[in-house]
Amino acid sequence: MAGTTTGIPANVTQGSQTKGGVGESMLRPDGTLKVTGEFAYSSDMWHEEMLWGQVLRSTVAHAEIVSIDTSEALALSGVYAVLTADDLPAAKNYGMEYQDTPVLAYGKVRHHGEPVALVAADHPETARRAAAKIKVEYRELPVITDEASATAPDAILVHENRGDHHAGHVPHPNIVHRQPIIRGNADEAAKKADVIVRGEYTFGMQDQAFLGPESGLAVPAEDGGVDLYVATQWLHSDLKQIAPCLGLPEEKVRMTMAGIGGAFGGREDISMQILASVLALRTSKPVKMVYNRYESFFGHVHRHPAKLYYEHGATKDGKLTHMKCKIVLDGGAYMSSTPSVVGNASSLSVGPYVVDDVEIEAIGLYTNNPPCGAMRGFGAVQACFAYEAQMDKVAAKLGMDPVAFRQKNAMEQGTIMPTGQPVDSPAPVAELLRRVKARPLPPVRQWESSEGADVRALPGGLSNTTHGEGVVRGVGYAVGIKNVGFSEGFDDYSTAKIRLEVINGEAVATVHTAAAEVGQGGVTIHAQIARTELGVQQVTIAPADTQVGSAGSTSAGRQTYMTGGAIKNSCEIVREKVLEIGRRKFGSYHPAWANAELLLEGGKVVTDGGEVLTTLVEVLEDEAVEVEEEFRHRPTEAFDLRTGQGNGHVQYAFAAHRAVVEVDTELGLVKVIELACAQDVGKAVNPLSVIGQIQGGTTQGLGVAVMEEIIVDPKTAKVRNPSFTDYLLPTILDTPTIPVDYLELADPNAPYGVRGIGEAPTLSSTPAVLAAIRNATGLELDKTPVRPEHLTGT
Amino acid sequence: MRVNFTVNGRKQEADDVWEGESLLYVLRERMGLPGSKNACEQGECGSCTVRLDGVPVCACLVAAGQAEGREVTTVEGLADYAKHRQDAHPGGGCASGACGTSLQDAQQWSAKGQDSQTGEGTELSPIQQAFIDAGAVQCGFCTPGLLVAADELLERNDTPSDADIREALSGNLCRCTGYEKILDAVRLAAARQGEVV
Ligand code: FES
Ligand code: FES
Repeated sequence: MAGTTTGIPANVTQGSQTKGGVGESMLRPDGTLKVTGEFAYSSDMWHEEMLWGQVLRSTVAHAEIVSIDTSEALALSGVYAVLTADDLPAAKNYGMEYQDTPVLAYGKVRHHGEPVALVAADHPETARRAAAKIKVEYRELPVITDEASATAPDAILVHENRGDHHAGHVPHPNIVHRQPIIRGNADEAAKKADVIVRGEYTFGMQDQAFLGPESGLAVPAEDGGVDLYVATQWLHSDLKQIAPCLGLPEEKVRMTMAGIGGAFGGREDISMQILASVLALRTSKPVKMVYNRYESFFGHVHRHPAKLYYEHGATKDGKLTHMKCKIVLDGGAYMSSTPSVVGNASSLSVGPYVVDDVEIEAIGLYTNNPPCGAMRGFGAVQACFAYEAQMDKVAAKLGMDPVAFRQKNAMEQGTIMPTGQPVDSPAPVAELLRRVKARPLPPVRQWESSEGADVRALPGGLSNTTHGEGVVRGVGYAVGIKNVGFSEGFDDYSTAKIRLEVINGEAVATVHTAAAEVGQGGVTIHAQIARTELGVQQVTIAPADTQVGSAGSTSAGRQTYMTGGAIKNSCEIVREKVLEIGRRKFGSYHPAWANAELLLEGGKVVTDGGEVLTTLVEVLEDEAVEVEEEFRHRPTEAFDLRTGQGNGHVQYAFAAHRAVVEVDTELGLVKVIELACAQDVGKAVNPLSVIGQIQGGTTQGLGVAVMEEIIVDPKTAKVRNPSFTDYLLPTILDTPTIPVDYLELADPNAPYGVRGIGEAPTLSSTPAVLAAIRNATGLELDKTPVRPEHLTGT
Repeated sequence: MRVNFTVNGRKQEADDVWEGESLLYVLRERMGLPGSKNACEQGECGSCTVRLDGVPVCACLVAAGQAEGREVTTVEGLADYAKHRQDAHPGGGCASGACGTSLQDAQQWSAKGQDSQTGEGTELSPIQQAFIDAGAVQCGFCTPGLLVAADELLERNDTPSDADIREALSGNLCRCTGYEKILDAVRLAAARQGEVV
């Protein structure tokens, strides 16, 4: 593979201080590479003689493919291959839970932007021009875009012949999955309610919008296999889907993680992996593929847009009596992870509150809208938006303070979830709310501060269209609950290989996992764990690849828990083996080898009394100890398909926000002044990255509250804004200060007590901002994102 | 066509450049300098920010031909650029073309091992070091563009207010950090610069 630059932040070694274990704010080992531009992301791959791959995507959302003519494209000089579904070597479909997604469309296209044909050429521009010369004739079909059109008795079926295991349980073939939860008797309990509040909420389609585009390099190998360098959240899940589509055994598809420019769920599904590999195998040349931003909007699944119908009842003294809801999630054209999103939305639809009598139904639809799947918060986000709006409405109707009302109904350790599962670790919901509320409020009308007027602090900022005449202030609160790890009986595990040896006279541990470092800081904490467990200073993080067992996905807040657990497990066994060697070598010299509790600390073997027996260097000499172990969290079970009962989740995470906003009611512009967060993190393995994760998640929630939405035309199901010009992301001007207050209430069941961190702050941030805008304006606002026209009534 | 320009202090020549190629493409794919990132290629995210004759620009919006005869500084040359500014032109940028990393050096960019967590052993500019120390780097894809933009801000204004920082960096998107730690990093670099002078 001469001339290949792989994208791995290879052999990143930690520093030489003795400190740097669990609980310290360690700096990223890949930080220097990232600030010098040397870190190789998946779009930075390069290979001699490489070709560029390009996808041709469908221009319509729903159609039969009548014909595809590739002759003109093939005739272009510099073009090496033009492929359609007919040219695919093996399986034509892939998918995470069920293989319903075509590598290239055949027969039909089911959504706008679906891949239809592929080109490989010697220059990316040649590839684009060639793709534009492919002629595809479509016979358009009516589009299915919402619940009504999907479930009409005579609706066209998005998938005519479903063979998935949900097919037999759903009331209509255009419903992917349905999960009801019935507990107690909501109708009976409603009779005790003094107030009943109903609401209908709409959650827009959000995009992960990671900055590093889908990209990678596929290099054909001499054995007929392929070496693939890509950015993904889960190498082994990709591998399982890629190999059958290439017609290759898994061992001939060797995957190495390239540098990842953010993920947020958007890299859970396959994007360009199979496409680039097919082109590489076909042309016998390395193929690089980089989606541009336009393609990226079509190249990954989005957050499910949702309609949510809620009813809550409460007694005069502020106790919730019952809850009924129906949540409709639009899964788009292919399944992706919609069934799991449905399970999450239903099981977390009550929020972090005690409600004994519930009647819940969540469904996921097949439509001709863009496919939706994993995104940070995974089904819990949409529900949180609705139940938190409901909490404010009920509190208002009762004349109660919204925070006091929430606290009165807050769940705690021991509360029974609507699924019947007890919450068996700390659940400090009331405390988190107390903390954000207790924080002093930022000063009002900061643009008029004593240092002189600064219009940049106004809603609308630099545009200087107002001097604040119509500006009003609002404060809002929200809290949310998110499950951590994979639920509903999924065999969730991670693997870590640990090697301990002497290099240059020093004991060095190497941590090898297949875990994806998407930016969250896994590489930092993996080394911290190895240092803590093995007492060594030097830890090397080996590149993630498929030469080691699966680490599972970097998603669902599970990676520190799971791969952290695997590293801890493996290190414990390494430790035992090291002590075994030591006992063999030195046991006869000192009785402590036989009868004391021995620890590894600072590169030495010490007794629990602190007596140093020897050094690791002396124990190991030129022997290396290597262990590869798996870690599983405790088993979960599927939710009953009729009642929703079952111990489906492993662990929960909780976060609360207080949003302070200023709204210019004349211009319809919102400025979020502050977005304070309090969260229980179980154990902060690395406080610096804990705060970074919470601030990042909070900002994504802010984005969906006030600006982010993929707009799909309801008549044509075409995406209207696939660019950063039209899909707006929060900039540094839109993002306020985000003070973070974290609690460390250990989960007794988790390694070091950790609790997933990355997802929970995305839940409560959105409803807190909405609550603050409602508080400022008195408007109902039941939809994300809030746009100027919603505020000015124009 | 052929384009002659100076990159990170060294004269460079790119041959067979297509009319439509951007400066970003030439830097990344022809010069072996992929430090400038390609996140939107339409001037919206700032990931590709470089300096063209000292002015921060989105390299994705500059046609390669427009760089003819001009001087480009990328993140790969940032440490040298800042060092030279400090040594030779205190308080100002370098326009002499005599400073910078050789292309050969820059092309040896493929992932290397790192022996420290704090960047010992690699010379970093104050803003690069501050980004690491403040925890302003997560996935890091936005980082090169932010560094170039922030370094230019600090060159112009050594005591920026928060509002100044926000204004200067408003063309650079970051999807991971929530920006707070990026603000911290710029404040930190400014404070450290103040101590040195
Ligand atoms: S890549 Fe140039 S601005 Fe986004
Ligand atoms: S985009 Fe990932 S760190 Fe900024």
